[in-house]
Amino acid sequence: MSLSPSPLFSAPGPQVRAVSDEFHGDLLEVSMGPHHPSTHGVFRMMATLDGETVVKLKPVFGYLHRNHEKIGEGTSYLGSMPYTDRLDYLCSMTNNWAYALAVESLSGQAVPERAQYLRVILAELTRLLNHTCLAGFLLQDCGASGTPLMYAFREREKILDLFESLSGSRMMCNYQRFGGCRTDAPPGWLEAAAALVGGYGAFLDEYEALLTGNEILMARTQGVGRLPAALAISAGVTGPMLRAAGVDYDLRKVDGYGFYPRFEFRVPLGAHGDTYDRYMVRVLEMRESIGILQQALRGIPAGPIMDPKARLRGFRAKPGEAYGRIEGPKGEIGFFLISEGGPNPYRYRVRPPSFINLTILEDLCLGHSIADTVVILGSIDIVLGEVDR
Amino acid sequence: MESAAQIRERLVAAFPGASVEVVVNPGPAAQDSLLLGPDRARAIAEFLRDDPVLRLDFCSNVTGVDWPAREARPGCLEVVYHLYSMARKHGPVILRQRTADRADQVSVPSLTPVWRSCEFQEREVFDLFGVVFPGHPDLRRILMWDGFKDHPLRKDYVEPDDYEWEPTAHGEVLAKARRHQAAAGEGPGP
Amino acid sequence: MIGTGLLKGLAVTARNFAGSFHDPKRFVTTQYPEERTKLPEAYRNFPFLVSESADDPMGTLRCVACQICEKECPPQCILIEKSSDKKPDANGRMQLYPKIFDIDTAVCMSCQICVEVCPFDAIKMDQVFEIAATDRFTGLILDRQALAKPDSYFHQIRPTEAAEVEGRLAEGRRAAQEKARAAAAKAAPAAPAEPPAAPSAEAAKPPRPPA
Repeated sequence: MSLSPSPLFSAPGPQVRAVSDEFHGDLLEVSMGPHHPSTHGVFRMMATLDGETVVKLKPVFGYLHRNHEKIGEGTSYLGSMPYTDRLDYLCSMTNNWAYALAVESLSGQAVPERAQYLRVILAELTRLLNHTCLAGFLLQDCGASGTPLMYAFREREKILDLFESLSGSRMMCNYQRFGGCRTDAPPGWLEAAAALVGGYGAFLDEYEALLTGNEILMARTQGVGRLPAALAISAGVTGPMLRAAGVDYDLRKVDGYGFYPRFEFRVPLGAHGDTYDRYMVRVLEMRESIGILQQALRGIPAGPIMDPKARLRGFRAKPGEAYGRIEGPKGEIGFFLISEGGPNPYRYRVRPPSFINLTILEDLCLGHSIADTVVILGSIDIVLGEVDR
Repeated sequence: MESAAQIRERLVAAFPGASVEVVVNPGPAAQDSLLLGPDRARAIAEFLRDDPVLRLDFCSNVTGVDWPAREARPGCLEVVYHLYSMARKHGPVILRQRTADRADQVSVPSLTPVWRSCEFQEREVFDLFGVVFPGHPDLRRILMWDGFKDHPLRKDYVEPDDYEWEPTAHGEVLAKARRHQAAAGEGPGP
Repeated sequence: MIGTGLLKGLAVTARNFAGSFHDPKRFVTTQYPEERTKLPEAYRNFPFLVSESADDPMGTLRCVACQICEKECPPQCILIEKSSDKKPDANGRMQLYPKIFDIDTAVCMSCQICVEVCPFDAIKMDQVFEIAATDRFTGLILDRQALAKPDSYFHQIRPTEAAEVEGRLAEGRRAAQEKARAAAAKAAPAAPAEPPAAPSAEAAKPPRPPA
């Protein structure tokens, strides 16, 4: 029995001709999502299947659209800072830093040294927690129901405790300000962070013993979702996904924002561009982050954490525009602000890495089975708060 | 890396008759941009991508901006492209395209055939501003649902009166509540 | 040999499983509500209004209804209505006070901007999170009765921050008294044979807030 597909159900875009002979039946359209445990949020994939193989896949999103950019036009610059926490809600510290960088670029403010070190420390802690979460969620999507995820969350809790004692909130930190940071580290915080970083290497060793050599993981991820470097560059893919495809482009090295030029670290690159490479690049980036954290925690100076000329209320930027971007854990997160001299920005735009990394989702999934699409989507590392804003 | 003015010189030499202007950015960020006319925009974009000195192979950000009509200038919609180079590790070079007006002449050539990353972002500019991109492979709404009318990020967007009672009680929300309740003839909620 | 990766992984899970019975590093669950984790001092949830004394919370609110927090609040969850009369504050100056001060906790996102912009240290972040209500509209709006908590409570939940605020306010009070004394001393020589000590001492002492 074949049901005619309803108009709502047919994925728009180039039509796929059905192949109908004694071995092939009709093509099957599956709507994966938006209520789905493995789509990392309210995300929908309209997949057209020939048996189990994907022949067309269109992502549909916008279910979490909260008109963040329109709210940004109606709110002051300071008032938009807590909203940036909620973009990529796992990585609020890096979202805050990207926005603060854009505003500081727009208004020409300087940031004191201790604040720069704190920003680097918090950004690298955020990278650790994001990549740890990603490894856990990728395994969850593969079917290892819960164990690697819970080990990852156990370590993430320690980092979240650090964030809570510093900024008051685990995830919605609202910590960076234009010209520095909101509060200084309370006594004992830097020692606790150093202790956490010292123990993280051992955790990663155990985690890798669990996962990296695991035959099931390798069988499910090696060769799956191969991304060629030329397509990655053209599609604007950034972050670990780009580096897994072999392209050496890390904004911490290219732009040298903050105080990153002071720290020694390497940029891991992948050779194949498949899902296993994306996983491994993130694990190696975590090791590099531990190195950066150790250097930063050793070298952080005493001093003010806020530009003394910065004003909290009544901040106005001179007319002009600026694009500020940082290497967030998911890719390049940037803010484009146009100011006309008023208390609110005239145009407030977020460049969301997850949204743009999804451009090649269909290209990666074609020819693979429906089970692989979940694994590929997991390795792209999306957060719907950022995709939909 | 060359400045916007220098790039403009080379573009005007390579594409005689094309309309390329430098738009100066007054703020401290000092990132000037190039305003392209529609007729040679895609060819110029390909030139910038393939030029051995610039190699701008990475289109990082595509932004739509709504400029309603004022006394000094007529209204238009603008699309801003931030280009970087992964091969040469420099940037940004900023391109701008403007529509003729905000009502019916709202099309601007799509740069998706040049940089694939414009695909979703131009769809978003179409969805939220109403700019049409001829040459885009799949131009339809991306964040709002397919049957949605109007374009939310325009400055003159009026939100639909689909108001539900909520207790946050001041400013425009209160005014909207009073209008809605007067129209519906019902009292305040629980 | 195929399967060595799986065996190594099984060893890891076995170590975690066995360790969760005796090793605090492996067993990290807190049995809430019987056990509670100690929250750090910086932890914040919803705001509260500071009253100078616990005996008269409404009469000794530090808030002077300047409405700066209402304007700066990003989701606009604060509603303030000024009073029509004035009351003396802790420094003796006559100030307005809020007749209505409502925070809609269904809208509040605990961003702490109201605390940062308040020039009078009148609103601070509370730490209670067990505040379920049964009515999702009016039950979640906190009026000034529910929001007012004494300064002693602030010292209890945030000792370091409260000590710093206390120091600053005491400094402000001392400076105000100095200025009043200097102004009275300058005015005194105009009135002959009257010692300036007694009136200025009276003027410098802050009047008691109304009971």
